[in-house]
Amino acid sequence: MTRPLVEVEGLARRFDVSRPWLARLLAREPRRFLHAVAGVDFAIPRGTTMALVGESGCGKSTVARMLVGLLRPSAGRIVFDGTPLDPDAGRKALAPIRRRMQMIFQDPYASLDPRWRVEAIVAEPLDAFGLVRDRAERRERVAELLRAVGLSPADGRKYPHEFSGGQRQRISIARALASRPDFLVCDEPTSALDVSVQAQILNLMKELQEQLGLTYLLISHNLAVVSVMADQVGVMYLGRIVELAPADELFARPRHPYTRLLLDTVPDLEMRRRERAPVAGEVPSPIDPPPGCAFHPRCPFAERRCRAERPALLPAGPARVACHAVEEGRLPA
Amino acid sequence: MALLEVEDLVVEFPTRRGRLVAVDRVSFSIEAGEVLGMVGESGAGKSLTGMAIIGLLEPPGRIAGGAIRFEGRRIDDLPPEAMRRIRGRKIGAIFQDPLTSLNPLYTIGRQLEETIRTHLDLDARAARARAIALLREVGIPAPERRIDAWPHELSGGMRQRVVIALALAAEPALVVADEPTTALDVSIQAQIVQLLKRLCREHGTAVLLVTHDMGVIAETADRVAVMYAGRLVELGPVEAVIRRPRHPYTRGLMGAIPRIGAGKGRLVQIEGAMPRLDAIPPGCAFHPRCPRAVERCRLERPELAPVGPAHAAACWRLEPEPTG
Repeated sequence: MTRPLVEVEGLARRFDVSRPWLARLLAREPRRFLHAVAGVDFAIPRGTTMALVGESGCGKSTVARMLVGLLRPSAGRIVFDGTPLDPDAGRKALAPIRRRMQMIFQDPYASLDPRWRVEAIVAEPLDAFGLVRDRAERRERVAELLRAVGLSPADGRKYPHEFSGGQRQRISIARALASRPDFLVCDEPTSALDVSVQAQILNLMKELQEQLGLTYLLISHNLAVVSVMADQVGVMYLGRIVELAPADELFARPRHPYTRLLLDTVPDLEMRRRERAPVAGEVPSPIDPPPGCAFHPRCPFAERRCRAERPALLPAGPARVACHAVEEGRLPA
Repeated sequence: MALLEVEDLVVEFPTRRGRLVAVDRVSFSIEAGEVLGMVGESGAGKSLTGMAIIGLLEPPGRIAGGAIRFEGRRIDDLPPEAMRRIRGRKIGAIFQDPLTSLNPLYTIGRQLEETIRTHLDLDARAARARAIALLREVGIPAPERRIDAWPHELSGGMRQRVVIALALAAEPALVVADEPTTALDVSIQAQIVQLLKRLCREHGTAVLLVTHDMGVIAETADRVAVMYAGRLVELGPVEAVIRRPRHPYTRGLMGAIPRIGAGKGRLVQIEGAMPRLDAIPPGCAFHPRCPRAVERCRLERPELAPVGPAHAAACWRLEPEPTG
């Protein structure tokens, strides 16, 4: 078996949210930390799509930012194509790997500099990594990239404001592809777009994956989007993966009570006007997460063990699930 | 007589380069107690239609034609003061961001009590008791204590519950809800949709539910109105429009929605994008993107015409009715 392109082990990130030193001293308060990501493991095989889903604050975007080097992990390891990423290595040393991983952001209005022409935006990675020899080659490569995402080479002369949201996201994708990456981290790439435009972008992402053999990490809160894109899904809750499964398995047989809750909340076009089981509660604060299983205050199956002991991510069929009730076999199928 | 009748409504924005028509001759009605979903992509004119009904169009936007009748009386030409009395008392409003409806400088109790006393003849104690009862009804835990909370002390989901309580405080006959769940997390969205549905059913309140989310409409609405480029293109019972859409735009829209269980296939794709207001093509506004368009579509604008029981579409080249 070939080695996965991306391997993540025990990845964690905490943020210091303490009050200033003097205030802490006067109130005799300890430092406080927000554990945005508290130990996450997964591996993404080459040419496949892994999705991380969860509600705001679950840590999915923090994982994405650590993977592409925008945030430094507090603990854990990221291995890319067999090479561990050393956060202390200099920019130069990391450049050959950074070139191979790129990111697409949610908001195509905020992620493109309005003062730059599209050709300059798309060519930026070419210049940054020194990937073209002269201006003619640069121009040719930009034209090729714009065509690949369904725009015309003439669009390179325009500014971002002349484009619609969907076209801007195409520009972001063209820029991300400029350095010929193997791995794209896509953080909510279609959340700001209308449904019909979303379909265009998702279809484009699939085509590019097929043509270029790309590997994707897709961050999304939208389970329906995940179901049409992902091969493998990790469900996150308060900084941890609570269920990790092949996509077909996850959608056909969700195991963790939180996964079931999420799936049950997706509005359904077929089952109209059904009365859904009322879902109680909201996501608690990640600064003071509940002890034991962080989901226990909202879980209909919680018992004493759930309140005391944090469940480990254990194999359950083709999936891996962190739930005492699943482990003990006391969940209804 | 319908509770609300909108007839040939036109909303326009005068600009230096001419007037932009954002809502173009839109007609529909809402019966007492009915939930009408209004769906469309950004810029389709759905929110502006809702704003025109509650009299909150932001200038320079203005109603340039048509009529809006509520309980048989015209409300589109009322002076602002008269409209203010109807808004809140007879027509409630819920917006996407609960913070636009809540004043950050007042406790939620004060805002509720003020709304209640403005519209209903109650003394301070009775108003407070009613405010607490409303908070309980919208599912706020420990309402006796929470009534003195400030908006910033509540989570997004809790705030939207307070906004719903505010909108329903005076027992209005109609609520205009503009993307009420869009800013919320998915599990909270479901709670709010359920709540809105239950309350309006119990109180017999009619709802104009404006949203881009067809799933929310499928679960909540009785009928749905589909808007495109300022025009109403299809109107009918939710089930008929979702299962047997007759307008090619509605059909494309339905196919573009990712669905769980449909597998990893390609999504149906409508090419291009909705035209900008200053570039709406002649004839049918959808024709440049329409796979079924013919010469007539480029020249003549189709009007909404019946295509089935209580079902109408504006198209010269209707999708065939599925057989079997």
